[in-house]
Amino acid sequence: MTIVQFALLGAALFVIGLYGVLTRKNAVLVLASVEVMLAAVNVNLVAFDVYLGDASHAGQMMALFIIALAAAEVGIGIAIVLMIFRNRRSADVDELDAMRY
Amino acid sequence: MLATLTPLITRFAFLAEEGGHEAEVHAGDGGALAQWAWLIVVVPMLMFFLIVFFGKKSPLKGWGMAVFGMAFVAVYGSILAWVNLQEGIVYEGAVEIGKIGSFTLQWGWVVDGLSIMMYFLVGMVGFLVFVYAKGYMKGDVRYTWFFSSFSLFAGGMLVLVSAPNLIQLIVGWELVGVSSYLLIAHYWEDFDNVDAGNKAFMTNKIADVGLFVGAIIMALSAGSFQFSEIFSRMIEGHTLLAQFGFWAGLALFIGAMGKSAQFPFHVWLPDAMAGPTPVSALMHAATMVTAGIYLVARLFPFYQMPEFAGNVNQYIIVIGTITLFFMGLLAVVQDDIKKVLAYSTVSQLGYMMAAMGVGAYSAGLFHLFTHAFFKSLLFLGAGSVIHAVHSNNMSDMGGLRKYMPATFWTFMIGTAALIGLFPFAGFWSKDEIIASGYEAAIGNPTFAGWFMVVLSIGGAFITAFYMARAVSLTFFGEYKGHGHPHESPKVMTLPLMGLAAFAAFAGFLNVPGMTDTFIRWVGVRAFPIFEHHAEAPNWALIAIVTPIVLVALAVGFWLFRPKDTQAERDTFEIPGLYPLFEHKFYIDDFYMDGIIRPTMGPLADGTLWIDMHVVDAVPNLAGGAAKHVASAVNTIDQSAVDGVYNTVSAGTGATGGFLRKALTGRVQQYAAMSFAGVVIIAALFMIF
Repeated sequence: MTIVQFALLGAALFVIGLYGVLTRKNAVLVLASVEVMLAAVNVNLVAFDVYLGDASHAGQMMALFIIALAAAEVGIGIAIVLMIFRNRRSADVDELDAMRY
Repeated sequence: MLATLTPLITRFAFLAEEGGHEAEVHAGDGGALAQWAWLIVVVPMLMFFLIVFFGKKSPLKGWGMAVFGMAFVAVYGSILAWVNLQEGIVYEGAVEIGKIGSFTLQWGWVVDGLSIMMYFLVGMVGFLVFVYAKGYMKGDVRYTWFFSSFSLFAGGMLVLVSAPNLIQLIVGWELVGVSSYLLIAHYWEDFDNVDAGNKAFMTNKIADVGLFVGAIIMALSAGSFQFSEIFSRMIEGHTLLAQFGFWAGLALFIGAMGKSAQFPFHVWLPDAMAGPTPVSALMHAATMVTAGIYLVARLFPFYQMPEFAGNVNQYIIVIGTITLFFMGLLAVVQDDIKKVLAYSTVSQLGYMMAAMGVGAYSAGLFHLFTHAFFKSLLFLGAGSVIHAVHSNNMSDMGGLRKYMPATFWTFMIGTAALIGLFPFAGFWSKDEIIASGYEAAIGNPTFAGWFMVVLSIGGAFITAFYMARAVSLTFFGEYKGHGHPHESPKVMTLPLMGLAAFAAFAGFLNVPGMTDTFIRWVGVRAFPIFEHHAEAPNWALIAIVTPIVLVALAVGFWLFRPKDTQAERDTFEIPGLYPLFEHKFYIDDFYMDGIIRPTMGPLADGTLWIDMHVVDAVPNLAGGAAKHVASAVNTIDQSAVDGVYNTVSAGTGATGGFLRKALTGRVQQYAAMSFAGVVIIAALFMIF
């Protein structure tokens, strides 16, 4: 397997995630798509770590940190979505325009 | 009888210069006692500030501090007086305050016989008056303020008498003037009292012009404000001083006339009775009115040298004599007991001034010394009476002998001392003045000399006459006022007794031919004093004066004897001269209608016109110009400066309005935009 194949996998995952974030109407699915984008970044980090032969494996360490961070992020995100759903009986992001001027 | 008829007799001369005049006794320098004598001035002044800032919170409301200050001066003055009598003290301390070019401004303190006498007098009389004031001022609304200004009054006098130069003397002079104004107008709720305060201040100010001019002429011609320097120039025979000395001496004497209430500046002193009685007592005894006598005594060697001062002392004799005789006459018709005593003071000050003029240095100062005790005694006695009957008028008194025995007997001693009955204090001091004047007139027969001798004997008659009247109306007959008079509290009668002791016995300090304590006291000066002085009692003069006094007493008591009916009491007045006396020789009226009103009206109109048309023109012009400039600046500010800011802010607003259209509130649109931004940044990275 060459680095190109890993890079293509990372890019594919990232684009799929981005598509999900921009098109899904349900906020939970938007969060899930964000997770996919984070997975793409992790793939890239691990692949380039091995490819560059870093003795300290900083890329892999960074990937672990991002997994922990993603867990925390999705926890807060789900909590916010739950609160919004409880207030408005809906998790449709199109209806969330309260941040408009 | 008289030891010598030469005009000038060398008495106790203490001279620092070598080879000058012969000195009979050499004075010491007083050591640490004299070096620390600045405390005499500083402590009462410190008490003034302490009372101002802490008086109301202190347990005795400021009275304690004021009395402490005076007691300190009295004790220190007594010690100095004792040492001075033993070995003599001539000392001059100085602290440099500042320098203007070659001129050095100094604050100093003179310790010699003359100033020690004044320290002792201010301290002793001041202490007794302050004690008395506790009873008299009890319940006054401005009790604490009264004691602070009273302390300033005494402190200012001490600054004055300790001055080694004319500048410090003027500072003390003005301190006394301003605090006397505060004290005379103490009851300022009544407008008459404010008027009296203003009158005292203004009259003194007019005379002060003389003091300032005199000090300047003296300093310019002698080259120094220092008294010791001026006297040294005299020994050297300074020609410039000889040329201008007459004018300096005359102008300084005019200043002294103001403070010592000499004719024609006497008008303020009787009106100064508006103040509380303790103020009158201190003002008429040790402080304020003695300042003029002190100035002449301080410059005595100068005034007694015709080659420098010309014939100024002739003017001093004439002014003093007019004052002692004619102002005494006015006391005869006053109904206000304090005004009787006030005119009496003016008259006695005339005696002192005349004595200074004829060259009787120690006799004049001795009269100042004894007068301080018996006149403060009489004033405090009058205050005790006023305290009891709540009126100043003798027509509301009468018969108080029975109700107020302590006040009555002390008042009797004061009266005996004032009119000069043997052996009370005034007998010795007044006879000494008359005898010295007589001696001077024989030695140098001038009109002024004989004028003084004759009128001072006449003055003795008047003094006895008006005092007989005052005593008879106040203490004898039936009580005519309201309520029940009662004796004053101990805090008031004890000072009366203390002063009575001095009034009775102080005369023995200077019995001609027997004791010379007082001469040895005040004769201690850095410069020799030449004076007229009786070596033995002048029995011939005593044989003339004492019967005159007794006759005056008898006439006075008979004319003003207790009357039975109101109609008889109303015939107290003496026909003929009465209107003239009652209107004070029309001098006050002349000042008011002849000088003040004609000057004040046109002067006020004139100054108003100048103010409106000349003085105001300048600010009006400047104001108009400033207005135009301001209007121009306003235009620039509104259009140019504000334009920049307005444009900038409007531009910012428009940009914001345009940009906010992009903010739809849709989360996914925002996410897309941020991704687009990332892509653009990444592209820029790749290109560059």
